[in-house]
Amino acid sequence: MPTGLRAKSSSVKIDFTIKIGGEAGQGLVTMGFLFSKVFARKGLNVFSNQAIQSRIRGGHNCFQIRVSDTRVLAPAASTDILIALDRESSCHLKELKANSIVIFDSTVAPLPSPEALLPLGCILDIPLARIASENGGNKIMSNIAAVAAVLGLLEYDINVLSELIRESFGDKDKAVGEVNVKVAQAGYDFVFKKVKCNKLLSLSGLNGKGKILVSGSEAVALGALAAGCQFISAYPMSPSTGIMTYLASKEDDYHVVVEQAEDEIASINMALGASFAGARSMTASSGGGFALMAEGLSLAGMVETPIVIVVAQRPGPATGLPTRTAQEDLQFVIHAGHGEFPRMVLAPATIEEAFFATARAFNIADNYRAPVIILTDQFIADSYMTVDDIGLKAVSVERNILSDEELKDIKEYKSYKITKSGVPPRALPGNPYCFVTADSDEHDETGRITEDLDLTRPEMVKKRNRKNVGLLREARPPIKYGPKDADNCLIGWGSTYGALKEAIDLLNSESRKQHEKVALFHFSDVWPLNEKHFGFLKKCKFAAVVENNFTGQFAQLIAETTGKIIKSKINKFNGLPFEAEEIVKAYRRLKKNG
Amino acid sequence: MVDLGSLGKYETAWCPGCGDFGILDALKDALVKLDVDMHKVVFVSGIGQAAKLPQYINCNFFNGLHGRALPVATGIKIANKELSVIVASGDGDIYGEGGNHFMHAIRRNIDITVIVHNNQVYGLTKGQASPTSDLGFVTKVQTHGVISEPVHPLGLAVTLGAAFAARSFSGDREHLSSMIQEGIKHKGFSLIDVLQPCVTFNKKNNFVWYKQRVYKLMADYDAHDKYKALEKALEWGDKIPIGIIYQDGRPAYEDACGLMKDKALIYQDARGPSRIQPIFREFL
Repeated sequence: MPTGLRAKSSSVKIDFTIKIGGEAGQGLVTMGFLFSKVFARKGLNVFSNQAIQSRIRGGHNCFQIRVSDTRVLAPAASTDILIALDRESSCHLKELKANSIVIFDSTVAPLPSPEALLPLGCILDIPLARIASENGGNKIMSNIAAVAAVLGLLEYDINVLSELIRESFGDKDKAVGEVNVKVAQAGYDFVFKKVKCNKLLSLSGLNGKGKILVSGSEAVALGALAAGCQFISAYPMSPSTGIMTYLASKEDDYHVVVEQAEDEIASINMALGASFAGARSMTASSGGGFALMAEGLSLAGMVETPIVIVVAQRPGPATGLPTRTAQEDLQFVIHAGHGEFPRMVLAPATIEEAFFATARAFNIADNYRAPVIILTDQFIADSYMTVDDIGLKAVSVERNILSDEELKDIKEYKSYKITKSGVPPRALPGNPYCFVTADSDEHDETGRITEDLDLTRPEMVKKRNRKNVGLLREARPPIKYGPKDADNCLIGWGSTYGALKEAIDLLNSESRKQHEKVALFHFSDVWPLNEKHFGFLKKCKFAAVVENNFTGQFAQLIAETTGKIIKSKINKFNGLPFEAEEIVKAYRRLKKNG
Repeated sequence: MVDLGSLGKYETAWCPGCGDFGILDALKDALVKLDVDMHKVVFVSGIGQAAKLPQYINCNFFNGLHGRALPVATGIKIANKELSVIVASGDGDIYGEGGNHFMHAIRRNIDITVIVHNNQVYGLTKGQASPTSDLGFVTKVQTHGVISEPVHPLGLAVTLGAAFAARSFSGDREHLSSMIQEGIKHKGFSLIDVLQPCVTFNKKNNFVWYKQRVYKLMADYDAHDKYKALEKALEWGDKIPIGIIYQDGRPAYEDACGLMKDKALIYQDARGPSRIQPIFREFL
């Protein structure tokens, strides 16, 4: 076993991280993806994420793959195997541990004296380019040789890789696929039982049930398909683009129309038009694009047309860091849009949850005739995670639309009927029994413009905002993790869950001696917030809010909801996701400083 | 199926003598003559005096935001191609605030009919220049007169390859009704730019000004010749042509898209969960 990594639990036998460093255009994503799939197919748990620069060629990017025999939801801080495809990869040497392994090809990317850096480790200068060319491949195929070499070191079944290569090239490019397979075999053989390293763990003989591997963007898109979404209009913007790209790849099979709009204003208005006519509709963007949608969001609130909006956050303000991650738009999505109207905001904690949250969002939008925002971020969107099985039975489709039969018996349908729940019954235009209206002006129950300030306006305002009562009931309590009797607590929301959960494990195993127990309270439903879900604060002697932003936006919401001001905060805002260790360190620092 | 009575009669917020009345009358006339099923029609508008038009007819409507009528109309048509989607809004709404949408709606060639009430001035905000105001037009904001070149809606439409681009005049009900009928019948994006006086804020381009200038295109005019159409589209001043300026037979979005050939999107099977089970194999 290479590291034993940070989680000290004795049941963890496999937990290592492979990091590939190189320039954009060198095939890092392909390599990372191959690694992830190779391990997932034998039943290992994989969590992969990328740190990329906003450019198409050059620069320095990296792709890291964490592999474990237990579920992992976050990247590790250190690297066990580094594949250095460019000189700049030497910046990752500081993440290595004494017994880590470095693979590079000095004829392509010499590293500055790596021997000095890893006294106990293994520095493998492998002629990857030569292996590729001697086996009929080109320069780029040295990547395949590198992947295979790592599998050789791990004594992993090479056939899994060959199979994946053949599948990805298919019959169409069979010849090229076979060259890749040959290069892979050569890379594997070059290392397998020939290179002596401080022995890594052997992964020979693994034979678990294969797991599926999905990215956050794919999970959202799959959730939308499961919900029967038929229309997405969006303008490409990192890191949200993967959603429309995936749906477009399924356009013909699932008849979901993907329309690339001229701008985000058009995106949201088109989606509202399609939804008004009866198609489950969505749009997706990042903070900057969502800023343009603010007007349309307000329209959704006024015309009470269901819509699902995905906001995949990246660091701002303005263009910010397009390919990095942040949780900076929480307050923005909650408050965006002029006027007062209800909305719900779901911030999935994991990639798996992103699937269910999306499917659920469509139901909430339909049931309340209100906008629902799914708040993810670059970390969730671009990361890949293994999932055992997605329980489709847990997904239902609730449309809340009056059928023609029902409409036939309604004496006078009113598009904005004042109801106790605040939700007016919904009919679709085109039915033979009634006219259906939508009006952005203040309107009466029939949807016609009004300036009756004495009665209609106040009743309409109250009716719309009454939906908040129902939405508050929909809001789910936080996930609780850690000892039940803990009197220290960490509070988080959204994508930080994986790192926080691991931090809780570390803190409780380390602090056992000090008799200090720490629990996590993690929110996925971040708006509206139910005061009752904060009862745990009474039992907490110490609480800290952990967020990927500078100002502590969720801490502000807690204060607003409960009146309790939590001064202890752990914030990270450099564009990278949290790692468990840094949360642990920050927690200790906070405790030490009282 | 439809008659003037069933279309309803509403009190309007328009000034007496407004060109909007002529457009509403001509539109009603067109609907009756085409004998449309009103339940299969959806009106979409933005904001402005013109955009209030759907409020004055018994119909399905989506009275959206200023400038955003076209994307809403596009979404409705994509979801249910069986609906006839008619947009009615002003020059500020379609050519100004919604200019970007105008350009791209033409490119998409979605089968909607767009009636632009073009009075060359902003009415609801009380008299500022519109994108089509003539050079030198003096307002409380453009105090030295408009110095920006006016938008030529039909010129834009022709160069962008609009499937159907016509102009009419609110003072010629019969002509306007026939243009609206042709626009609704045409499969693809149809623009009808309607010249209309604003009795309150545009003292220059008044009823008489238009009446003296508009002339109908001759029967032998070839609306399929793009370059000749461009010439006609840009003709403005002492003589202003009305009629179908340009027509093009390219396929509408709903046909080009391929996903709704047999059935409107909303009538297709979209039952979710179990349907997607096979996809997961692709993620192994």
